[in-house]
Amino acid sequence: MTEVTRAWDRVQLARKPERPHSLDYIAAMISGFVELHGDRRYSDDPAIVAGVGAFNGRTVMVVGHQKGANTRENLDRNFGMPGPDGYRKALRVFRHAEKFGFPVLCFIDTPGADPGLGSEERGQATAVAENLLELASLRVPSVSVVIGEGGSGGALAISVTDRLLMLENSVYAVASPEACAAILWKDSSAAPDAAEALKLTAQDLMGFGMIDEIIPEPEPAHEAMDATLQRASAAIERHLSEIEKITAEDGIDHLLELRYQKYRNIGSWVDRQEEILTELPSSFASAVHTND
Amino acid sequence: MPDFFRRKPTFNRDDADQDGPVVPDGLWVKCHKCKDLVYSKDFERWYRVCPKCDHHARLTATQRIDYLLDSGSFEEWDRGIVTADPLSFDANGDVYKEKVQKTARKADQPESLITGRGRIRGYDAVVSATEFAFLGASMGSAFGEKFVRAVERAIELRLPFISISSSGGARMHESTFSLMQMAKTTAALSRLGEHKLPHFSILTDPCYGGVTASYATVADIIMAEPGAMIGFAGPRVIEQITRQKLPQGFQTAEFLLEHGMIDMVCRRSELPATLSLLLLHYADATMGRHQPEYAYAGTPGEEGDS
Repeated sequence: MTEVTRAWDRVQLARKPERPHSLDYIAAMISGFVELHGDRRYSDDPAIVAGVGAFNGRTVMVVGHQKGANTRENLDRNFGMPGPDGYRKALRVFRHAEKFGFPVLCFIDTPGADPGLGSEERGQATAVAENLLELASLRVPSVSVVIGEGGSGGALAISVTDRLLMLENSVYAVASPEACAAILWKDSSAAPDAAEALKLTAQDLMGFGMIDEIIPEPEPAHEAMDATLQRASAAIERHLSEIEKITAEDGIDHLLELRYQKYRNIGSWVDRQEEILTELPSSFASAVHTND
Repeated sequence: MPDFFRRKPTFNRDDADQDGPVVPDGLWVKCHKCKDLVYSKDFERWYRVCPKCDHHARLTATQRIDYLLDSGSFEEWDRGIVTADPLSFDANGDVYKEKVQKTARKADQPESLITGRGRIRGYDAVVSATEFAFLGASMGSAFGEKFVRAVERAIELRLPFISISSSGGARMHESTFSLMQMAKTTAALSRLGEHKLPHFSILTDPCYGGVTASYATVADIIMAEPGAMIGFAGPRVIEQITRQKLPQGFQTAEFLLEHGMIDMVCRRSELPATLSLLLLHYADATMGRHQPEYAYAGTPGEEGDS
């Protein structure tokens, strides 16, 4: 068993090229998987894989970021950074799932959305935003698992789901530690400090009430691939059957209400209505609202 | 006429270019773009748009509200909501809590978003406007909460929602809390849409990252001010990472229009007229007065509650 404590070590583990990626999870837990390609608008983005298959006896739609296991594969997959075409492929698959009532499973593993000229031209921001909108009201149960890197809006765009799980050695943050260090430390070599400050580990996010479960890695995923995939599969099944039960008993509108409240309640703020009338912020001591 | 009769300007024309126009002695304003001088009272009267090169200077949230809404019609909401610093964020001595207090004093605003209701040429609407001077109008927990409350109140009051955005994106100091505000604000707009209430989004210079990639682009109608820089990743980041040379006019409002990402480029002076015209067109729909035979899937406001 490897002892891992520092946030930066987690970042390194989360990025390990040998770590299982979306297609490994799909191969292990989805039977009869049929991959679907293309956004029906412009192209087929290899940084997002999507398809239909069976998960423990029910048909599901799967969407995931796909990184490569080596440099050549990574060049083909754009290092798991989708462009708008990738997000629109995901959007098409989400709508497809809704049409047929299939639950949606998402695997999150990206440094972030692609920051390129072509991506901007074809509306990267809009593509991400439209997925957030679609997922917020998608009328089927949904579960996502952060299996490696959860990089900013590019990760969020396929992870606004009823349940959000994280592998023990995965991370999820608003920006990469390198970018954060470059901006706030004015020094990208301060990335390890930024990683710590960003509170990006599964343990941190569990503490904030932002995720629903940590899938343990007694050994790092790349050293115990089969065991990790089995554990992930069991966790997904547990959460999926829970939300399926809620849907069956109380209806999909109730599930959508729960999903709305889940994201509606994330935030950490203070209401200083009385004090603010006389002066500008000086202390933040009064009643603090945080997540349950 | 001898040269000495001509009065020389008493200010330094080479003032360092800061954010927005430089005001040398209060009387004259130097345009940030063409560097020409404009009489400051005229500049204010022209909504801080340069009469020579049409450059739209950045506005504070208060100026935005003043220019757009009918005089005295704005009622501000939730001014007391400020960040609670969930991560106790400290970038090597640069403490977030202190930074917020400093920036609040400088910007004269407690947070980077102002929300409330007001009227545009007589038409009621709920309005949100960002304050760029407050940490680049970055979106954190307080921003998200104020935004969502405003949207929820728009649903309660059955009013259209107008967002005016200029932002650097999600606020890094609150990490995942900030990231999740993208999901939170967009989810609220999804509800607004279910209630058949329109969202009009106005993008102003500069608008990037988590704001462009969430609530600001999920609107029924998107407009942008001329020349405004709008995108997902900033041009410097793109050049650094891809080593691509960026074309002339990249990420300007006009570039977005050309690529089909926005409905129109609208000059600042024409925004009130354009918005009030839209509010007129959507007035019946907003009040739930559909012609039944044309109504799309009914009006949720009527039979239900909330």
